[in-house]
Amino acid sequence: MLTLPIYLDNNATTPLDPRVLDAMLPYMTKMFGNAASRNHAFGWQAEEAVDYAREQIAALINCSPKEIIFTSGATESDNLAIKGVFEMYASKGNHVITLTTEHKAVLDTCKHIEKLGGKVTYLPVDAEGLVDLKQLEEAITDKTILISVMYANNEIGVIQPMREISAIAKKHGILFFTDGTQAVGKIPVDVEADGIDLMAFSGHKMYGPKGVGALYVRRKNPRVKVTAQMDGGGHERGMRSGTLNVPGIVGLGKAAEIAKQDMESDTKRISAMRDRLEKELLTIEESYVNGSVEHRLPHVSNISFKYVEGEGLMMGVKDLAVSSGSACTSASLEPSYVLKALGLSDDLAHSSLRFGLSRFTTDEEIDFAIDHVKEAVSKLREMSPLWEMFKEGIDLDTIEWAEH
Amino acid sequence: MAYSDKVIDHYSNPRNVGTLDKSKNNVGTGLVGAPECGDVMRLQIEVDENQVITDAKFKTFGCGSAIASSSLATEWLKGKTVDEALSIDNMDIVEELALPPVKIHCSVLAEDAIKTAINDYRVKNGLPALELPKSHH
Repeated sequence: MLTLPIYLDNNATTPLDPRVLDAMLPYMTKMFGNAASRNHAFGWQAEEAVDYAREQIAALINCSPKEIIFTSGATESDNLAIKGVFEMYASKGNHVITLTTEHKAVLDTCKHIEKLGGKVTYLPVDAEGLVDLKQLEEAITDKTILISVMYANNEIGVIQPMREISAIAKKHGILFFTDGTQAVGKIPVDVEADGIDLMAFSGHKMYGPKGVGALYVRRKNPRVKVTAQMDGGGHERGMRSGTLNVPGIVGLGKAAEIAKQDMESDTKRISAMRDRLEKELLTIEESYVNGSVEHRLPHVSNISFKYVEGEGLMMGVKDLAVSSGSACTSASLEPSYVLKALGLSDDLAHSSLRFGLSRFTTDEEIDFAIDHVKEAVSKLREMSPLWEMFKEGIDLDTIEWAEH
Repeated sequence: MAYSDKVIDHYSNPRNVGTLDKSKNNVGTGLVGAPECGDVMRLQIEVDENQVITDAKFKTFGCGSAIASSSLATEWLKGKTVDEALSIDNMDIVEELALPPVKIHCSVLAEDAIKTAINDYRVKNGLPALELPKSHH
């Protein structure tokens, strides 16, 4: 039985895996202790659960459990990494290199450190959404302390070349931070092999709970430290104060364990569905995939349907929960900055839909999605003056559009 | 953001989608907006010898509110004289469709489209173009 609407917005958030919920529940009622209570069984129980979660997570990303700092989510981890390095390494320099396609949690944090006297280079990406390594190396100065490049992009799923970037960072003695939110739990992430010094990730993007995330902070070669951004009890090796969210952490741990165990089979199934969805939707005239298809997460597809506006299209596919690069609702009317960074024209950026599949997506849902999108695009094109002009062979670039 | 029932109705069952022969002297065409902004409306009116709008058609590239605004505009235009049509105000559309503040620009675009179509008709028929207020879109 198909239940509508169908959720295909798994880059925004994923449902909690029932196995994760089962692991969490006891820690909300019976085992409610504070992991910092050192003098009774309630505290020990909680601490033990947190330590176990640390091990589960460490196993997923190949680090030591001691290198995991729990936070409230990826946004906090991004803030802690960038601001924390900026403060801790102030004597070494004040320059950070990042990409224009980063998540707002990184970009706005970079803007913040600029206000504090930091210098930030925002590198462009190529048409596929990938960083130019030569440009990256050229941007390095003797003041550069951090390179911040996301593992995989949230809008287009493009995976950046982690190992090549970290090699450059290492060569110049610079720390390498990655926002791994979309990648961890979805593709193999190995902080050792990838040469990552700091990495942010979140529970709710990997079938875990919301409100919990982590920052990986390397302890050896080199030993990395970040200045705490919150004062308090000195939890998490002094880098992040605040009573630990034990049920959330248990959930993140369980989600990591399941991800490690099921990744291969999940990826095989999900990518087959994604590929089928994409192949079918690309049979629609004037439709294009955005971003690299070669270096891409297995569960994401971002497609522009030319001459149809994304928000109107989302309304047409009301039985699908997807997202659009169009931003007709925002005051600025600016379409996605990520798509624009790929060099997409505004009208193509306005015409995009992002499909994000999950381990719970079914073939039946994909069949429905394919038909639903095809139908909606065709209906909206019948209504689109741009489509009519295109069909009449009018070059839209030659029209002088009314000033807006 | 949830759409109002009226927006959903116009979006799902758009009235008067189509194209009139723009080469005809009694047809006025208004093409407003820009693809880069995510909305383009084309609104057309057909006028009889008594200055009554006998037919109106639209095609819109845009969000649901833009489609609904232009669909509603064509409904309102039919049967009105050209002069009466000039009095359609974007705030009437906002009210009828219960558009939220972020969607007011859709109604502004529809009003612009009406006035641009009327001007096109006027100029074709030897009348001076009316001064259009600068779009606040």
